[in-house]
Parts: sequence; structure tokens; C-alpha cells
Amino acid sequence: MLKTLLCGTALLALTAGAAQAQVSNNVIKIGVMNDRSGIYADLAGEGSAIAARLAAEEFGGKIAGAPIEIVVADHQNKADIAANTAREWIDAGNVDVIADVPNSAAALAVQGITKDKKRIFLMSGPGSTDLSGKSCSPYGFQWTYDNYAMAAGTARALVDQGKKSWFFITADYAFGHSLEDETTKMVKQLDGKVAGNVRHPLGTADFSSYLLQAQASKADVIGLANAGGDTTNAVKQASEFGITQSGQSLAGLLLFISDVHALGLPAAQGLMLTTGFYHDMDDQTRDWTKKFEAKAGRKPTMVQAGVYSAVRHYLKAVEAVGSDDPDKVAAKMRETPVNDMFAKNGKVAANGRMFHDMYLAQVKAPGESKAPWDYYKIVKTIPAEQAFLDPAKSGCPLVK
Amino acid sequence: MFDLLGVPPQVLFGQLLLGLINGSFYALLSLGLAVIFGMLNVINFAHGALYMIGAFVAWLLLTKLGLGYWWALGLSPLIVGLLGVALEKTMLSRLYKLDHLYGLLLTFGLALIMEGAFRHFYGVSGQPYPIPDALKGGQNLGFMFLPNYRGWVVVASLVICFGTWFAIERTRLGAYLRAATENPVLVQAFGINVPVMITATYGFGVALAGLAGVLAAPIYQVSPLMGTNLIIVVFAVVVIGGMGSILGAIVTGLGLGLLEGLTKVFYPEASNIVVFVVMAIVLLIKPAGLFGRER
Repeated sequence: MLKTLLCGTALLALTAGAAQAQVSNNVIKIGVMNDRSGIYADLAGEGSAIAARLAAEEFGGKIAGAPIEIVVADHQNKADIAANTAREWIDAGNVDVIADVPNSAAALAVQGITKDKKRIFLMSGPGSTDLSGKSCSPYGFQWTYDNYAMAAGTARALVDQGKKSWFFITADYAFGHSLEDETTKMVKQLDGKVAGNVRHPLGTADFSSYLLQAQASKADVIGLANAGGDTTNAVKQASEFGITQSGQSLAGLLLFISDVHALGLPAAQGLMLTTGFYHDMDDQTRDWTKKFEAKAGRKPTMVQAGVYSAVRHYLKAVEAVGSDDPDKVAAKMRETPVNDMFAKNGKVAANGRMFHDMYLAQVKAPGESKAPWDYYKIVKTIPAEQAFLDPAKSGCPLVK
Repeated sequence: MFDLLGVPPQVLFGQLLLGLINGSFYALLSLGLAVIFGMLNVINFAHGALYMIGAFVAWLLLTKLGLGYWWALGLSPLIVGLLGVALEKTMLSRLYKLDHLYGLLLTFGLALIMEGAFRHFYGVSGQPYPIPDALKGGQNLGFMFLPNYRGWVVVASLVICFGTWFAIERTRLGAYLRAATENPVLVQAFGINVPVMITATYGFGVALAGLAGVLAAPIYQVSPLMGTNLIIVVFAVVVIGGMGSILGAIVTGLGLGLLEGLTKVFYPEASNIVVFVVMAIVLLIKPAGLFGRER
């Protein structure tokens, strides 16, 4: 009896969702791998696959007679599943390029495999700066954002307002650690100090304990070095415990529009954040968003918009080179500027980091929002050179 | 003030109180599981999904019908309870003669289906549910700020836990129930309708999960994943307390909440495994659980 129960519990722990993979031959095959069922499924998930399909449609679904095919898989936020899927895709599935892969732990695993097996890897979801730093790859492109950019945008804005002491609530895995490190460096560089930190497991429901420790630290800012559902729960419970009312500021170091939507404006209003994309910037973003929304039923996050931009840039390079040879395509991608609805005059640096402007935004108050999803005030544009780390300092061996 | 291992007492008291709040949820959920297991011998893996549905029903009542928290507190457990009755009547009742494993697999499958359906329609980020106006704000206790709502959760769940324990252990109806699990044929011979009683018990057990869902809605995001996050811990609580022991479920739920609270102060990284470490130790020393009997 007891044994049955224990087996069942183990079974439940192992199967948080179901993976799916599809196989085919001899085409331009794009594998969109991300979290399709867990806490990052709304910010990436099927929306990223839709974005990739929109990019493929712009080429009429084929290049030089070869059809473009898009396959998807759920890595369930587990690095081992991500690694196995990547190997299977490349060895048996003829996948030419892997896209998205949020969750830095999973992305680091895939980066290692695509580097060995010479396949292009278009990272939109993961934030760890190691991916364009010490773990960079000649075939790896980090597209949408990274933890340095988040720190440079949000932390600098808050420290400039005089909020110099920080306490971190950090997701306890590669991404959270990297985001905390980058922000700490930035805060210290600007003469701020770090009052303390606490680490929580990925997918925590109750943040009250951590928030209480943050409150006791009397820091000016509580930095949330986590993402997705973890961030929304922390923000919601911070307002319950009267943290923002008592004068401490809350900074979502990585906040997506899907998180703001889930929180609702009453809980999220006033939060400062850095983003690579907002759907209501200009006619180009609005047009693209319309197409996306028709298929996805919601507005795109910056990760999904980034998948579109990266896949489109890859396909343009394939078209220009006339082959999908990874070395030639990667070289072409590095020398061509990125111009689309996502990036204006974007450039890919030697370490694989795509340099484009980022935006500092503030979440609107309920009274200011005129329509559904009218959530951000763009406070300022952060030019690409300030937004991202200088490749020479990234620690990437490819930068000479 | 003296410090305990470098932790100021204010922080310690604060964390203990938070542990008690989380413990209330564990107690409420494991209570429902214990009632169902004790009376039906079914391991109800759908419990987490029903807890999630309880929260979603509250959210739907608010957004679609404009019925607020207090309505949800009554209606949501009722709806979840009726859903439970339907599940028991149409599916579970066919499995009583078979091995436990079949009940477990059925309820596990049902949980996956229910969660998948909600994920499909509502996404994973969750929906916001406001704290009711009457319970907004909080009290400054000197060592911490206690939101009124969390205080309410502790009181409500303690009352419900005690009420359930009393009903089953100290009333005539409870005596029938306990007798029916020992020897259903004999109890039926005395003119008591055992199948109806069993159905009602399952309905009541899952209604408790629905109620916990409503209580949780204003604290957490109402999300399809909220049940999965909690249910594994709750099963550990039931195993530690002793399968089917009602008092065991309540005491262990609160106790483990406190223990988890302490772990979050001294070594936060271990906070999500401490419950399982305790489970392993208890299984080694007292395999039937702290309050369980060998069957």
C-alpha cells in the first residue's frame, strides 16, 4: 500500500508535462524548444513557435526550393531533457537550427551540444550572460536580452533615483545566480551596496518568508532575480505584506508582459522594468503584433518577438548564402545588420550577442491604461552600446 | 535582544508564524486526503487538481457572475464536492474491489486531464484574485506585519480541521462511517446505506480541497499549476502523519509548516526538501507513520 503511494508520488514528481517531438528529412528544419507546460510556457511556449512560423511565412515557406519546417519540443525546464532533445533532433531529426530555449540551465546544455555538432543556436529565452561569455559558441546567438542588459537598465535607473541599498530574492539556479551577479556588479559600480540575499527553489508558491527577510534588511530596493510565475507570486505577496506601501521599492529584474498581464495593473503598477520589445512602439510592431495575436490570442512577449527576429535573420542569411552550411550562415549572420520590426540596425558581435536598443519602461496605473494590454510607459531608450556588455569584457574566447 | 544562531528573535517569530500559515494549507489538504483514504481506501491523486479547480471556480464566479469571495467560500466547495460525487459515482465506485493501484492511476489520470484542460484555456501565468475588502490591510505585531487575510486563513482552517476531526471521531454519523470501513456488510445489515455514505465522504473530502483552493486564491495566482506545486508535499504530510489518520494529518500538516518556516531562516536552499528528509526518516523508524496503525 505504502509502496504504491510512494511509487505514485515519484511518478507525479517526474511527469510534470509531456514532451513531444517530430521528425522529418532534408529540409530547412527549425526546432523551437522551450517550456510548453510549466511556469515559462506563457512567456515562450507555443507563442515562440507561432513567431517562428510567422518568420517562415515571410519567405513563402521555402528557400531555394527547400521547404521550411518547424518542429517543437517541451524541455520541461530540465537541462537533461533539453540536451537529449537537442541530440536527438540533430542526430536523427536533421534539425538545422534550434531556437528559443528559455531557462539558462537548459540553454547552457544545448549550447554545448550545438557547438560540438556545429548547428546554429538562436537564443531568445535564456538570460545568462555566460551564453555569450565564457560559454559562447561560434554558432550561438543570444538575441533578445541578457541579464547584464536587465541589470544595466533597471538597476541603473533605480540607483540613479538614490535607491542605493539592495536585497535580492533569487531563483536558485543558473539564471537567477547570473542575474543577481550582474545586478550586484552594476549596483556596486554605481556606489550602491547589497544588504543581503536569499535563494528560493524554482517554482515557489509562497514568498512570504523571503519577503519578510527582505523587509527586515531595510534595503531601499528588493530585487527579484527570478522570472515568470515566481516573479508574479512575489510581487503579489509583497503588496499583501505592505512592503511597497512602507517605502521599499520592488524591482522585477526580469519581467515579461505576460507577467504584468497575469498580475493585473492594480498589483503591478509602478514597477520599473527593462524590455527589448513592446508591441505598441510603432506601426511596424503594431502590424506584426496583429498577425501574432490573430494566431496566439494574446500579445507577444519580448521572447516571442525575439524568436521571430532571430529566425528571420537566420533565414535571410540562408537565402543569401544559398545553403544551410552552418559556418557560412553564421558568418553571414554576423556581417549582416538586423533590421526588422524588433531591431533597428542591430549588429551581431563576435561573441554572438546581438546588439540592439533596449527600453526602460514603467507599468501604468489602472487609470492610465486605455485598452487591454496597454501596460507600459516607455521611460527611455537605452542605446545598444550601453544596454549590453562590451564583448571584449564578456570573457568569450572568440573575441580577440 | 539575544540572537539565536545569528538570527534575531523577531525574524524567528515571523517565520514561525508564516510556517503556521503554510501549515494550515497543508493540514486542510492532507485532512481531505486522510478522510478519503481512511474511509474509502482510495489514494486520491486528483486532490491537487480539485484544489486548483476550487480556486478557479472562485475566480470564475467573480469574473463571470460578479459573486465575491464570501459567496465563493460557500459555492466553490459545493461545486467541487458535486464534481467529486459525480467522479465517485461514475468511475471510482467501479474500482473498490480492485487493487489500490487502480484507484491511484485513475485519479492521477484525472488530475492530468483536469490540469491540461485548464492550462489549455487559461495559460500558466495565472489569474489575479483580489483579497476581499473586509480582510484587507494588516496588523503590526511588533516583530512582523501580519496581513489580516493570512490570520483569517489560520483561524478558518483550524476551525474546519477541528470540526472534521470532531464529526468523525466523536459523533454518531462518524461512528457509522468508521464502522462501515471496518465491515461494510454488517453495517449495511443494520439498515444503513453504505454506498451513499461512501459517496458523500468522497464528496466531502474533495470539497475540503475546493475550500482550500478558495482560501489560497487571494494569496497565490489562480493558476492551473498551483495544485501540482503543493500536492507532492501534501502526500508527504499524509505519509508522515500515518495514512488515513485524521489527527495525524492535522498535526503533521501544521508541524511541517513550522519546520519548513525554520528551514527558510537557517538554510533556505533546503526548504523544499526538508519535508521529504523527514518523510524518509519517519519511514525508516516508524513505517506506518507517526499516528498510523499497522494494517
